Formats: sequence, structure tokens, C-alpha cells
Amino acid sequence: MALAEEARQKAVQAKPRLTEAIGEVLRRRPLLQLSVILSPGILWLTLFFLFPLCIVLAYSFATRGTYGQIVWHFTLENYRRFFDWLYIRTFLLSIWLSVLATVICLMIGYPFAFVMARAPRRWRNALMLLVMIPFWTNFLVRTYAIMFLLRNEGLINTALQWLGVINRPIPMLFTPFAVVLGLVYGYLPFMILPIYASIEKFDFTLAEAAQDLGANAWRVFREILWPLTLPGTIAGSILVFIPSVGTFVTSDLLGGGKVVMIGNLIQQQFLTVRHWPFGSAISLILMAIVLIATLIYFRSGEERPI
Amino acid sequence: MSSTSMPRPITALMKPRRHISLGWIMLDLNVVLTFLFLYAPIIVLIVFSFNDSRQQQVWVGFTLDWYRQMLQDDRILEAAKNSIVIATISTIVSTIIGTMTALALDRYRFRLKTTVEGALYLPIIVPEIVMAISLLVFFNQVFRWLDDRVGLTLKFGLGTITIAHIAFSFPFVAVVVRARLADFDRTLEQAAQDLGANEWQVLRHITLPLLMPGIIAGALLAFTLSIDDFVITFFNAGIGATTLPLEIYGRIRRTITPEVNAISAVLLLASITLVLGSLLLQRRR
Repeated sequence: MALAEEARQKAVQAKPRLTEAIGEVLRRRPLLQLSVILSPGILWLTLFFLFPLCIVLAYSFATRGTYGQIVWHFTLENYRRFFDWLYIRTFLLSIWLSVLATVICLMIGYPFAFVMARAPRRWRNALMLLVMIPFWTNFLVRTYAIMFLLRNEGLINTALQWLGVINRPIPMLFTPFAVVLGLVYGYLPFMILPIYASIEKFDFTLAEAAQDLGANAWRVFREILWPLTLPGTIAGSILVFIPSVGTFVTSDLLGGGKVVMIGNLIQQQFLTVRHWPFGSAISLILMAIVLIATLIYFRSGEERPI
Repeated sequence: MSSTSMPRPITALMKPRRHISLGWIMLDLNVVLTFLFLYAPIIVLIVFSFNDSRQQQVWVGFTLDWYRQMLQDDRILEAAKNSIVIATISTIVSTIIGTMTALALDRYRFRLKTTVEGALYLPIIVPEIVMAISLLVFFNQVFRWLDDRVGLTLKFGLGTITIAHIAFSFPFVAVVVRARLADFDRTLEQAAQDLGANEWQVLRHITLPLLMPGIIAGALLAFTLSIDDFVITFFNAGIGATTLPLEIYGRIRRTITPEVNAISAVLLLASITLVLGSLLLQRRR
């Protein structure tokens, strides 16, 4: 009787013992434990991200064959070619449009974030949510919404014609203006959120003290608020600049082939012209710009969500 | 980390605006105009999905025709099905890998840890188009090699899209889960261990349940990223495979048709529901 009971108990315990045994082995060898947990991530990252980038790096020093194939003949020509006026112009245009979009976002976003940070606490979350909702919706759909408004037959032109302001529709779509508008529309929340975070942390007693000492509002802003919230401003500006300079969809749809930015140049080289080595070189140059911007972002020394 | 969770003294911040001034009027006007700018295009888009005119210049009358056409369009349905299948697989895999990576980075100290962290941030930072072409080049090279050496023929399609989606999603999951781990109360785990729980039991009954809001937030993010992705999908879809964003892109490049407004409206509604749902979920916990 007692023996049977013991056997039953052993049987019941057998299963937990197995997991216990595995747990024990893993506990004894933290390195093994770590490698089990970490390896899927490392593997995926290496195989499907780092290794592909290495291939791009290799391609950027290769030559294009007659039919668009890769010829493993080392050359720096792809990088040199980027400095032809035709391509450097695209590069400068991308930088210029991105800077423009960033400045506009800053001009709208800073005062916006200020109001948000000064609003009663119960309003702040609601305002934040209202900023985030468009941001969470499909980027392509948002770009399409802009196209829909800017077309010659779109609502803006129709309304202006109906009001008698203009006789003929103003072409707005497929212009640099449309591209900048699309970038601002797409990335404004990236500017607002970090600035809001730093204004919210700002101690407004400092501003009051300055005002009590006779400084006007402008001076308080220029000499206290702006310098103290600069990290948030830098973070926001870079978060807008990075996706803008690498954009492909916005310039493709709103520029309609007339506004060619770096992203469009890369797409052309890979899908139309099939000059993969040159495309690879441009991609790496774009990546270098973005990494430099990211370094500045991390140097701005702010606490931030990501 | 403590400064984000600790409430700050809010004496001066909370002072009400004492009087109406030109400055505040301008500031409030900026807020109103910004919201108009953010929402007007979306609202116009949705309103015109109910417009009974193919031309879409002016409002003619109310109709649900475009929604009906959308539901009868085989290509749209096929694209929607693909999008959902890809997003589901990508979400499951990237949530698992992302959570494991976050746990490893939070719980262990090892050499090259900063290198691993840096590499993990890279897919988040690198421009989409660069990641897109690098995967294109990679799959192309690997498929050619497999064909030549092994005699195995693989093609671009739903598989390559899914692999690519996992590659850009799981670092986001890892970052979100790790943020949650940062203010995790380790004493609960120690208490469980003192009461005789083994590592597995602690993970299963303490760590994962407490971490769940972070994991769910990460999963929702992964799902949204996958459903929305256009650029990386565009370069790695090959011929034939389509997803909703690819289908929308194809249509708006040709001519603007009201069905696209209908698809857009549905997508907007879906993502807003998803986001509000996740927020409610997080608040409840």
C-alpha cells in the first residue's frame, strides 16, 4: 500500500523533475541560458539585416555588366559617379526639402508642444492622443489623402474656382511644395512629442522668477525656455529629418517623378536602370548621412522614449 | 528612469492663464489650425468614399457603392488576406524573438552587449529604402546561389515579405518590452524563488504575466508595422504577390478611383480601433 503510494507520487513528480532538471542545467550555466535566449534575435538580425548590408557594401565596389549583372571587378567609380552634377543635385535637393520640412515642423510643433505642456493635466493625454491618431494610420493612405486634396480636380482647386479666386486650377500636385507638405504632414508628431517632453519637464518657476525680475515674455523664451528645451528641439528635428531625407513614397507619389530625391534615385537604379552597384553606393551614402544625424541625436543628451 | 515614473511637483505648471492675451490667442490658433491640418485630409477622404460620383470633384449624393465594389473586388480581397496572414505570422514570430532578446539584454551582462544593442537599434534607424534594397540584393544572391549549387529554386513572394517584416519588427518589440522591463519589480521574482519556484516557473507565472502589457503593446506595434509597410514589401514581393499597401499604391499611381477611398476608410478605422483598443487595454491593467 505504502509502496504503491510512493510509486504514484514518483510518477506525479517525474514531469516537474524533468523541467527542474533543465532549469537546473540552465541555472548552472548562465552562458548557455543566455545563448538560448539571445540566439534567435542575433541570428535573424545577422542573417536578414547585417549580412544583406554587407552584400550591399560589396556590390558598391563592383562593376555593372552589360545586362545589369554584377561583375566582381573592384572599382570606386560608383562613389565617384555620385558626385556628377546630375546626382549631387538630387542629393542637395533631398537635403534642402528635408531641412525645409524640418523647419516648418519646428515652427508649428514648438508652439503646439508649448500649449500642450501648459494645458491642464487632464487635457494633455487627450491632446497627445489626437496628435498620435493620424500618425498611427497607414502612411500610404495619408499620402493619398494629400494627393486627393491637391489634385487639379481636388477639393482645394474646386473650392477656389467656385469662389472665383482663380479661373484655372493651380497645379499643386507633383511639385516640391506638395512633397514638403507631405513630409510635414507625415512627420509632424515626431517633432511635437520630444519637444513636449522637454517643455513638460521645464520648471516654470524659473520663468516666473525672470519675469518678476523684469524680463518680458520674449526674453524669457529666448534666454531661458529655448536653451533649456534645446535637447528636445534637436531630438525632434532629427527625428523629422531622418525619415524625410530617406523618403521614397512621399516624393514618388506627391512629386510624381518630377521631384527626384535620393530614395527615388535608389529605386530607379535597382528597379528601372538595373545598375545595382551604383544603387548600392547611393544607399550607403544615404545611410552614412542618417547615421551621422543619429549620432547628433544621441549626443543631444535627452531622455527619450526610444 | 525614475524621473519618468515619478510625478513632478506641479505648482507653477498648473497655474491657470490669468488673462486673455494676444500671445495666447495666437498659440491656441496654431493648435486649432494644426489639428485642422492633421485631420481635414483624412476626413475629406472618408467623406468622399460615400460620394455617388466617379469624378469626385463635388458632392453628388450618398452611396455605399464603392464599399460594395471593394468587397466584390477579388484583387483587393486577395491583398487583404495576404496582408493579414503576413502580419499575423510576422507578429507572432517577432513578438517571441523580440521578447527573448529584451529579456536577454535586461537580465544578463556579457561582452559585446553594447554592440548587440547597437546592432538591434540599426534596423529602426536605417532608412526603409536601404533595408528594402539590401534584402532584395540578399534574397537575389541567395536564391541564385541555391539554384546554381543546390538546384533548389526559390522565388520572391509572401515568404520573402514575411521574413523581411520580422526583420524590421522584432527590434521594435524588443525596445518596447525592454522599456517595460526597466521598471520591473524584481523582488516579486525573488519572492517566488524563495518559495521554491524554479526558473521556468518564475518565468511562466511571474515574469511573463507581469510583462504582458509590454508584450501586447509590442505585438500591436509589430502588427501595425507589418500591415502598413509599403517600401520594404514593394522591393521584396516579386511578381504576383500583393498586399493591401501594394494594391493601393498600384491604384493611386494609375488613376484615382473612389474604391481606394473606401479601402483607405476601412484601413483608417481598423488602425484607430487597434490603437484605442491597446490604450484601453493598457489603462485597465
